[in-house]
Amino acid sequence: MDYFLMFISAVFVNNIVLAQFLGQCPYLGCSKEKGVSIGMGMAVMFVAVMATAVTWLVQKYVLDPFALGYLQTIVFILIIAGLVQFVEMFLKKIMPPLYKSLGIYLPLITTNCCVLGLAILVQRDAMDFSTSVLYTLFATLGFMLALILMAGIRERFALCRVPRALQGTPLGLIMAGLMSLCFMAFKGMI
Amino acid sequence: MVLTSVLTLAGIGLILALILVAASLAFRVEEDPRVEAVLEALPGANCGGCGYAGCEAYAQAVLASPDVPANLCTVGGNDTATKVGEISGKTVTATEPMICFRRCSRHEGQVEHRYHYVGVNTCSAAAQLEGGPYMCSWSCLGYGDCMRACPFDAMVVRDDLIEVITSRCVACGCCISACPRGILQIIPQRARVMCFCATKEKMKNVADVCSVGCINCLQCVKACPAQAISYTNFRIEINHNACLAYGDKCGEACVASCSRKILRNMRVHGPAGLICTDEAASPQELGQEQKDDDATQEGTDAKASPLAAQETAPQGQPKE
Repeated sequence: MDYFLMFISAVFVNNIVLAQFLGQCPYLGCSKEKGVSIGMGMAVMFVAVMATAVTWLVQKYVLDPFALGYLQTIVFILIIAGLVQFVEMFLKKIMPPLYKSLGIYLPLITTNCCVLGLAILVQRDAMDFSTSVLYTLFATLGFMLALILMAGIRERFALCRVPRALQGTPLGLIMAGLMSLCFMAFKGMI
Repeated sequence: MVLTSVLTLAGIGLILALILVAASLAFRVEEDPRVEAVLEALPGANCGGCGYAGCEAYAQAVLASPDVPANLCTVGGNDTATKVGEISGKTVTATEPMICFRRCSRHEGQVEHRYHYVGVNTCSAAAQLEGGPYMCSWSCLGYGDCMRACPFDAMVVRDDLIEVITSRCVACGCCISACPRGILQIIPQRARVMCFCATKEKMKNVADVCSVGCINCLQCVKACPAQAISYTNFRIEINHNACLAYGDKCGEACVASCSRKILRNMRVHGPAGLICTDEAASPQELGQEQKDDDATQEGTDAKASPLAAQETAPQGQPKE
């Protein structure tokens, strides 16, 4: 039941994009087609889960014992960047098909605020290892959901007559705002 | 405190760097250096004329599969084919130089307007309205969809008809699918004869609207001793390979048999009038055409809202 609650909370109530406003750049940038948004969502899920796992261990066994908590942000960025590079090389060699489908998105999310945000978020809430990894997985599912919904709406808008002043990014931002408002309705769920 | 922070970060950075170095050695992927070489030899236009997604896709395919011939690049022609053949170790048969051909001579046939088209300035939009603005439903519309599709600026609209600049056309075929009428065709530059009309109508329906329309009487199909002419998809199609292979000994029987003089000898009538050969259909003129086009595009965009339609209507009219 706890995990179910966590799932609902991470995906809908505290949606990483629409309620916590992290990862706005891929949300607006990679949501023009459904295929692209799914690819981006998968890449973020993949990297975020790995990043949370690694940073959790670093926090626990390097930063905490030496009282270096104030270095958290910079160390996490360093580790995530290195990790993404490593994963990219690893995939290229071991799983070429996965590399081909994720390949172009991986470098984009090296310093994605959603990935870093989740790594820091689980530290702030002092979750244990398995919970943090699971929470990250759920949160990135929420990220993917937001991206796919946005892509679906944008695909519809491609067929509509939009006033010239609102074409493109302005309309994207308005839609993002409205979706965020809609997701606020989930706050009453828990 | 400064020292510990710097040392920790430097230490973590160093460890990560070592891991990455080790990973780059352990996970090195051997990429075929020939791909790079083939890419170098290809023109890099990414036009898709070879049937692959782009130059890189073709380079990979030509090296990976023995069935992919080295002469698929129409843009580069024989020189490129030779180079690609050398790198991939394939024997190259010479590519037949091809060219795009417009199967319509609407002006010559004095095709009249069915109505005055005012609307979005593209062929595909015009073609959808009651069979298009001309009496012939298979005529060139002259709004330049093919011109916009052409990656090589090899097409111009002149006198409401599309013309191909032969010196620039590389027969990539991008224009073929852009034409809603299907009147553009890629033919060998050496083609002996060509049907100058692409209509799928027959007899009276054609004769009433165009004085040089093909009435699909099929006399040429019967006359050709090489069986190079066929009635495919409701219109006359010429198999130029068979035609060229048979040679001159038929004395152009098809041309003689055509009562409406639509099947013509390309060497006599040549591309004249239909394809503009002069080198000097030149950058300036081309540039101007494009500017005109841009201007009309603007008008079209503004028309997205119905209110603006009336103000911009004169711009949208076909040039007379």
